[in-house]
Amino acid sequence: MKIVIIDYGAGNIQSIKFAIERLGYTAILSCDPEEIMRADKVIFPGVGEASSAMYKLKESGLDLIVPKLKQPVLGICLGMQLMCNHTEEGNTKGLGIFDVNITRFGTNVKVPQIGWNQIESLKSPLFDGVEEKEYIYLVHSYYAPIIDDTIAQTNYGVTYSTALHKDNFYGTQFHPEKSSDIGSKIVKNFLTL
Amino acid sequence: MLTKRIIPCLDIKNGRTVKGVKFVGLQDAGDPVELAEVYSKAGADELVFLDISATEEKRRTLANLVLRVAEKVNIPFTVGGGISSIKDVDVLLQNGADKISINSSAVKNPKLINDLAGKYGSQCTTVAIDAKQINNKWKVHLVGGKEQTELDLFIWAKEVQERGAGEILFTSMDHDGTKDGFANKALSKLSEELTIPIIASGGAGNMQHFVDTFKKGKSDAALAASVFHFKEIKIMDLKKELKDNKIPVRL
Repeated sequence: MKIVIIDYGAGNIQSIKFAIERLGYTAILSCDPEEIMRADKVIFPGVGEASSAMYKLKESGLDLIVPKLKQPVLGICLGMQLMCNHTEEGNTKGLGIFDVNITRFGTNVKVPQIGWNQIESLKSPLFDGVEEKEYIYLVHSYYAPIIDDTIAQTNYGVTYSTALHKDNFYGTQFHPEKSSDIGSKIVKNFLTL
Repeated sequence: MLTKRIIPCLDIKNGRTVKGVKFVGLQDAGDPVELAEVYSKAGADELVFLDISATEEKRRTLANLVLRVAEKVNIPFTVGGGISSIKDVDVLLQNGADKISINSSAVKNPKLINDLAGKYGSQCTTVAIDAKQINNKWKVHLVGGKEQTELDLFIWAKEVQERGAGEILFTSMDHDGTKDGFANKALSKLSEELTIPIIASGGAGNMQHFVDTFKKGKSDAALAASVFHFKEIKIMDLKKELKDNKIPVRL
């Protein structure tokens, strides 16, 4: 199986690579459209600020490639947010895969949310073998509201989407690569979709 | 529900873990990667690696260590100690660190906070503040507490937040090493005045101290070193105790 992690200069990509390797697979880092299109599974990571990450994605021309991919694609954290219509962060237009706008947490909670929270209302093979209310690791200031594509939700002052799914596209707001054994299980589920 | 975090801190010297109280009587405590794996399996929510070595080799040794930790450990970790430029940070994040902690360099060059948050995001920018009370005023100290400044803890903490830090790691030097509990009054004031998470550090001696810092200190996370390294408190026992006290934890 060929696993490609999109390397567009925005993200802690080493950690997801290692997480995949701990499961006995290998992954390559690439920003080459040909290589990405040929992969069986694609990981779309992202940390940092949305508008600068989007800028980098456009610079490499990948903003036109990612929405056209046909194989399973997993966006992580900011990667997931960039797959949505728009994010309030830096007033950034996203890839429009998920029909939802990303907004900032309110003033009723500490922002960013940093730490372990629970996922529930799990609705996807991505969560096979994962119990309701398991803990996953999150670090973010902006969130996706609940939509029809929501496959996991979390509460932090508001109930929001911690995972999305539409066609071949998946997104997790949490970091499966940092979410201990539960996270490994979710990565494994994605790789065996 | 977002849980309160328990964070063991590993002091690193020349690529090895060292144990000691207030950096005095340092003993070799083995390979940081092995210890990190042990803590991660024992239920730690996060790890902090603080490099206290001061050799020229430091940067490369630390970068290499970060890569080895990221390879083995599946929980988030922060790296700090002598980081003074964006250039230092690049390689650490590329190698798999989740957050970077800066301390003295932020006081000397506050713009570094804006630069880090701007380039990598607030979520990976932690500012550590060491302070102690001088005539009943909390004064920020530098270089591991050796150098006093005239900066007021609360004023500095607000500036740190405004400049884009995602989190503050506050160590009370009055409490550090005493095993007499965390600086809960100052911590709760920080928590009330700021909108970013606060990590409590300095003073952990028993499980009740952790209960107190989450309840009275309103801390979002608690960091400790010796009580974990010397096996005085087991992380799982601590989390059970916290849960019994109705404090949300990941069990």
